This record gives sequence, C-alpha cells and structure tokens, in this order.
Amino acid sequence: MASPGLVPSLDSTYTATTNTPRHTAVVRITHWITTLCFFALLISGMEIVISHPRFYWGEAGNVLTPSLFELPIPASRSSVPTGYGYVLPDQNGWSRYLHFQAAWVAVLTGLLYTVSGLVTGHFRKYLLPAGSDLTWRALSRVLANYLRFKPRGEAEAWSYNVLQRITYLFVIFVLFPLMIWTGLAMSPAIASAFPATVTVFGGQQSARTIHFFGTVFLVLFLLVHILMVYRAGFRNRTRAMITGRAGAHKEHP
Amino acid sequence: MSNLSRRKLITTGLAATAGVSGLAVAARLADRYGLIPPDHGGFYGPGETLTYAAQRLLTRHSLAREFPRSQISARPFANGKPPQGEDFKRLQAAGFADWRLAVDGMVARPASLSLAELRSYPSRSQITHLACEEGWSFIAEWIGVPLSHVLNVVGILPQAKYVVYFSIVRDWWDSVDMADALHPQTLLTYGMNDGELPVGHGGPLRLRVPRQLGYKNVKYITRLTVTDSLKGFSPEGDYAWYAGI
Repeated sequence: MASPGLVPSLDSTYTATTNTPRHTAVVRITHWITTLCFFALLISGMEIVISHPRFYWGEAGNVLTPSLFELPIPASRSSVPTGYGYVLPDQNGWSRYLHFQAAWVAVLTGLLYTVSGLVTGHFRKYLLPAGSDLTWRALSRVLANYLRFKPRGEAEAWSYNVLQRITYLFVIFVLFPLMIWTGLAMSPAIASAFPATVTVFGGQQSARTIHFFGTVFLVLFLLVHILMVYRAGFRNRTRAMITGRAGAHKEHP
Repeated sequence: MSNLSRRKLITTGLAATAGVSGLAVAARLADRYGLIPPDHGGFYGPGETLTYAAQRLLTRHSLAREFPRSQISARPFANGKPPQGEDFKRLQAAGFADWRLAVDGMVARPASLSLAELRSYPSRSQITHLACEEGWSFIAEWIGVPLSHVLNVVGILPQAKYVVYFSIVRDWWDSVDMADALHPQTLLTYGMNDGELPVGHGGPLRLRVPRQLGYKNVKYITRLTVTDSLKGFSPEGDYAWYAGI
C-alpha cells in the first residue's frame, strides 16, 4: 500500500511528480478484483434471470399472477410462457454458485476499499466534491464541456471533476450497497432474522425487481465509464489503473 | 537496507504463520460449531462455506416471516408434473390411505408411520412465503406436524447431524442440518390453505423448510434417514446444498 504522502494532493504541481502513482495500490487492486467480480455477477445474474424473465412488485409473484413487466426474451425453464417456441439451456447450477462466491469476494473487497479509503482520506481528497463546485453554474459548466466534447485539461489527469466525483460516490455508496441489500432481501434465512431487510422494499419480489434495475444502472455506468476512459486516452488511463503510473510525456511544457 | 529487508522478512513470516494458524483454528472451531457445509470443497467451496457459516451464526433460531391470511396468494403456482410411477398412482387411487413414512438411520426406534398417525400428532400451521430459485414465489398456509416432533417420537441419537428426506419419485432427495430439522417451522406438511395438500404442491406429504428456497422443499416424502454424514447421499442436480441464500 502506498502511503498517503506519496499521492499528489490537489494543490501540488503534478508536472513535478510524474513518478508518483496516479492510483494507490489498494485502489488499483480493488478496482480489478471488483471488475472481475462484476462480470462474474453480471453473467451469472443474467443466467439466473432467464429462468424467470418476469418481474413483480410486492411479496409474491408467479406465472399465474400479473407481472410488473417481462423481458422479451426466451426462458431457460418451460414453466414460463414467453411466446417463444423453445427453451434455452438451464445454467442455474454453476450460475448460482458463481453468483454468491463472486458476491462474497466483491463485498470483502469493497470493505477493504472502504476502510482504506476512510483511513487514507481517499474519499475526502479525491471523491468528495468541493462546496464551491456544487453550484448549478459549476455543474452545468462541467456538463457543457462534456457535451461539446471539449478536450480536458491536464489537471483532470490527476483529479476528478465534480460530475465524476458525484457519479463515483453514487456508484460506491448508493448502487453497490443497494445491490448487496436487495440481494440479501431475497434470502429467506436473512429475512427471517432481519425482516426489515425486505419489508423496507415492500416485499421480496420488489427487492428482486430493484436488484434488476440496480444491475441496469451499473451496466450503464460501466458503458459510460469505458467511453470516458477511451476519450481520455485508453492506454494511459488503463496503464495508470494497472501500474499506477500516469502518462507523463505530454506534461512537459 | 539489509536491516530493513530482514525486518520485513521476519514480520512477513510472523504474519504468515499467524495467518495460517489463525485459519486452522478458525476451521476447527467452525467445524465444531457446525459452520461447515457438506459441499465445502471445490472451487465454490469458500463462498458456500462463508454463506452457510454466516447464516448459521445469524439465523440459527430465527423464525421465517409469517403473513396475515389476506396475503395468501389466490393462485399459487404448482411447479412440475405429478409423479408418473405406478406406485404413486395406486396410492393416489386409494386416497393415500396406505401412504407410509419410514424413519430410519440414527434413531432409537425406527418407525413406519401412516398419514393418520402423522395427523394424530400435534399440528402446526403457518402462512409463509415459498420462493423458487428461479425467482417466482407464492404465499400459502401450510399445515403439518413439525419434523422435530416426529424426530422426538423415534428418538434421534446424539451423533445425528443431518436428516435426509426421500421422495417417492426416484432419485429425488435432499437433506438439512439439525438446526433446520429441529426448527419449529420445519413441517411435514399434509394440508394447505385449509384443505388437503394438493398433489401439485407435493401432496400427500411435503417437507416445508421455510427458511430455504423451494428446491429444498421436497414433495411426496416417503422416508426420513437420520445420519451423521452425507457421504453416499450426494445431492441431486448441481445446486448448492444450503439454500437459505
């Protein structure tokens, strides 16, 4: 783990410190473990959902009750009327094992990241927006820069703008916890010990539906994230997240 | 520099030794307190063990949520077809009057119980949620005799760790640990929503384990075996043994 002192602070001149890591070791390692877990959870989650691509609200729901909405896809079980004349291969065995194993790794990795982020001041320094940036004026300026595809200043290679900060905070402290919570709310054993886990959502089927929408938001985040990394320089940014070193060649005046 | 690396080497070595011995102690303690599931081996073993251990620590005595009558699903979905075997059809034609439940294994008094005998035991009813691993669910009232009562009647031996339950359908069985077997809501169910348990829902006899997913709630139960090891009872299919999720 790199000590906090090695990380350039916002006001330091980044040109002078090109050998310091862009991302600390903890951030880099947890980023890639989370990436692996995310794909494992996404693929296994999709396999599980195709066994019943119908969603409900409330406590209970099945093919004899009206659905909230249905995914227009074939199913992997013949018990679901989908309108397709065939049934997809059933992959729930390994998918369920993989889903929960990846969830454990993701949760433990997230704990490590959160504790380290609090201890080192990572959240405060890099993710908490400055009060002066939280005005509509400042926000719309950053948004306008994005919409005009304006090239970004070098300062943004070393720190995040206010929109990035808000997005990352939302994903880390709202979406991920919501996915864990709605996942636990689907567990009959957890619901037996902590009924409020599920009743706050209005029922087990509601929790399942919110779990699905959480996935949709996370996939949208991933697509935008990859697009932004691509725009900012895919090789440099990916190298920075692997080795810690940011590209320095453009920074000499 | 050499000083620093020596110090590093010693601390790393100490930390590794502490880690390994800590893990060994944790594994022994976990085994002693029944926190290791039978499918703890293999690639997915760590995740299964963490889930089972965490839930056994948090939920050993917790009661599944029960619902008011108004929440009972008007149209509960009965998954799968009724058994196609001749033996089942013959028993069904006779109104299941000759249905027997055999109880064997690590018990003091092995028994063969009729449905009438099971009905003569104190009954319990509960309105609980049954969730299939596919994602659908329904709420129903389930009426039956607590499995713990039948186990008390036959007298389980102290070394018992699991109860294996068999369906009349060939190659369909599953098992639970004693925490779920002795749990007050684990019922040998013969009634549903104020009537007989319909064949579609596992009638005449289904094991309800309301704190686990649907696939642990095996239908058409004809035999219980109390055991201290699941060797030889490899679970059907490739689903996780523990389904409290």
